[in-house]
Amino acid sequence: MKALAARRHDRRAPAVLLLLALLLTGALYAVLAPTSADAAPAAPSADQVETGEKLFQANCATCHGPDATGTDAVPSLVGVGAAAVDFQVGTGRMPMQMNGPQAQAKPAQFDEEQIAALAAFVASLGPGPAVPSDEQVDPALGDPANGMALFRTNCAMCHNAVGAGGALSQGKFAPNLWETTPAHLYEAMATGPQNMPVFNDATLTPDEKRDIIAYLDLQGEDAPGGIGLGSLGPVSEGLWAWVVGMGLLIAAAVWIGARSS
Amino acid sequence: MSTTHDHGHDELEPRDTAGSDLALRQGDDAVDKFENPGFGPHRPRRSDVEPEANKRAERQVVALFTISILGTLGFITAYFALPPGETIASMRVSNLALGLGLAFALLGIGLAAVHWAKSLMNDHEKAEDRHAQRSSDQTRAEAVAALKDGAQDSAIGRRGVLKGALVSSLALFPLTIALPLIGEVGEDWNVSKFKRTMWARNKKLTIDPTGRPIKASDVTIGSVVHVIPEGLHETEAPLDEKAKAVVLLVRLDPRDIKSEQGEGWSYDGIVAFSKICTHVGCPVALYEQHTHHLLCPCHQSTFDVADGAKVVFGPAKRPLPQLPITVDDEGYLVAQSDFHEPIGPSFWERLR
Repeated sequence: MKALAARRHDRRAPAVLLLLALLLTGALYAVLAPTSADAAPAAPSADQVETGEKLFQANCATCHGPDATGTDAVPSLVGVGAAAVDFQVGTGRMPMQMNGPQAQAKPAQFDEEQIAALAAFVASLGPGPAVPSDEQVDPALGDPANGMALFRTNCAMCHNAVGAGGALSQGKFAPNLWETTPAHLYEAMATGPQNMPVFNDATLTPDEKRDIIAYLDLQGEDAPGGIGLGSLGPVSEGLWAWVVGMGLLIAAAVWIGARSS
Repeated sequence: MSTTHDHGHDELEPRDTAGSDLALRQGDDAVDKFENPGFGPHRPRRSDVEPEANKRAERQVVALFTISILGTLGFITAYFALPPGETIASMRVSNLALGLGLAFALLGIGLAAVHWAKSLMNDHEKAEDRHAQRSSDQTRAEAVAALKDGAQDSAIGRRGVLKGALVSSLALFPLTIALPLIGEVGEDWNVSKFKRTMWARNKKLTIDPTGRPIKASDVTIGSVVHVIPEGLHETEAPLDEKAKAVVLLVRLDPRDIKSEQGEGWSYDGIVAFSKICTHVGCPVALYEQHTHHLLCPCHQSTFDVADGAKVVFGPAKRPLPQLPITVDDEGYLVAQSDFHEPIGPSFWERLR
C-alpha cells in the first residue's frame, strides 16, 4: 500500500489509471451485456400428449400443479397454448431456475422433441395460440418498413427503437431481441410472456407479426456510424464519453501541464 | 489582485533572482497577505544538457508531424478510394477511414506542437504582471476630441430630420428579426384547443397505425392496444390530433379492477386511458401485465391501470385521464364521449 501511495505521483499514473478504467468498462460490458438462448421451433404433432404429460408431471407439476391449473402465485397453463410452452421452455425460461423479478433466459433444458411433447400436452388442456409455421415467421416474406412502423408503436417503448432491450421497474427488463429466433418472437407476441402484454391476432395480424420479425431481422448489425455500443443510446454512449473521452482529455491536460523531464 | 494602487505594474521587472523580488514586493505592497514564494530553483531538462536527448526530442516532434502528414494523406486517399457506397458496411468503412485520417492529422499537429514547446523551447520561468487597463490621459483626450469633431462635422445637432431618420431606421431594423421569430412560433394562439380532443360519442376506437376498428371480443385479457380515433388520418392535421387523442387500451380481469374514474367508463374489464403523461406529455406506454403498472419512459412516472391510473411513483401529479368507452351494436369499441378533463401536462387556464 505504501509503495502504491509513493507511486501516486509517478507521471505514468494517469496512463495506468486510464488503462484500468478501460479494462473496467470492458469487463462491465462483458458482464452486463444481455445474452439470449435460442432453440428451433417444434413442429406440431398429434400423438405426443402422453409423453408430454409424463414430462410435465416430472418437471413442471411441482409448481403448476398436477392438473396444470396453477396457484395464486403460479399461473394456470390451461389455455395458454403450445406457443407459450414452446417459447418458455424453448428459451430456457421454464423450468425456472430461481425466483426473481422475472424468469431469465438460459440454455434450454429439453430437446426439441421433448418441448414439442410438452407443448402438445399443454395444448390439449385448452385452446390457445399454436406454434407458428416456418412460413409464418420467415423474415424474407415480411415487409420490414411496415414492421418498423408497428414496432415503434407497439414494442419500442420497452424493447428500444431497434430492439436492443431496456429496463422496467424493480429489476424487470425487456430483453434484447436480436438473437431471439423468429418463432420465439412470434410466440412472445402471441402469448405475452411474464410482464409483456399480449398482442393477439386481432391486435397484430399474423402478417403484421411477420413484418415485425422482418424488421428485427435487420437490426443489431453493423451501424454506418461505427461502433453501435449496444444501441442503448445515452447510457452506453454516456459511459463511454465520461470514462474514455474525459479520461483522455484529463490525461492530455496532465501531460500538457507536466514539466518535461 | 490587490487594487488599492496600480503604480509600478506598467513595466515588467526582470526577476532572475527570486529573493530580491520577494523583498521588493513586500516592501512595495503592504496589503499582500501571502508571502510570494518566488520561483523554485531552475532544473534543467535532459534535452538541455544531453545533446542526444535533445536530438531525440527533435526526432519525436518530427515523427508526430509526420503522423499528421500521413493522416492527411490517408484522409485524401480514403476520400477517393473508399466512397460511402450503398451498403452499411461500405459506409462504415468510409466513415471510419475518414475519421481516423482526420483524427491523426489534427492530433499529430497538436501533440507535436506541445511536445516541441515542452522539450525543445526554452523553459526559463517568467512572470509578467498585468498592464493597467486604463489608457493614458492623452489617448483618452484624443478619443473624446475625435468623437466631438465627428459629431460637429456631421452637424447632427442641427439637422433634426436626419437625426430622426437615423434613430427611426435603427429602431425599426430589429423588427426584421423579431417579426418572423414571433410570427412563426405558431399562428394559432387558441389555448382552448388543448382542452378537447377529437374523441366524441360513438367514435370508434381503431388500432394505431393501421386504423382497423377493434371488436371488444378480440381483446384478450392481458392485451394492450395502441389506439387512435376513427378517421384520424382524414383530419386536417392528423399529427396534431393524434398528439392529443392517442389512447392505450388494456383488458384486465374485471376482478382486478380496483377503481375507475367514472361509473361505467370501462367495458367488461377493458379500460382506455390517455397515453399522454400528465407530467410533461411523453407517451406513457410501458405496460407491465402482471403489476398492471404503466410506466412513462421519460421520467419513470408509474400509473396503476387497475386503480384508475393513479400515480404510484414518479413526478406526475394527476392520473391519466380515462376515456369512457362502450360497444356499439356490432360489438366494436366506441367512445362514450371525449375525455372529461384536459389531457396531458398542466397549462395555464387548464381548469378555467
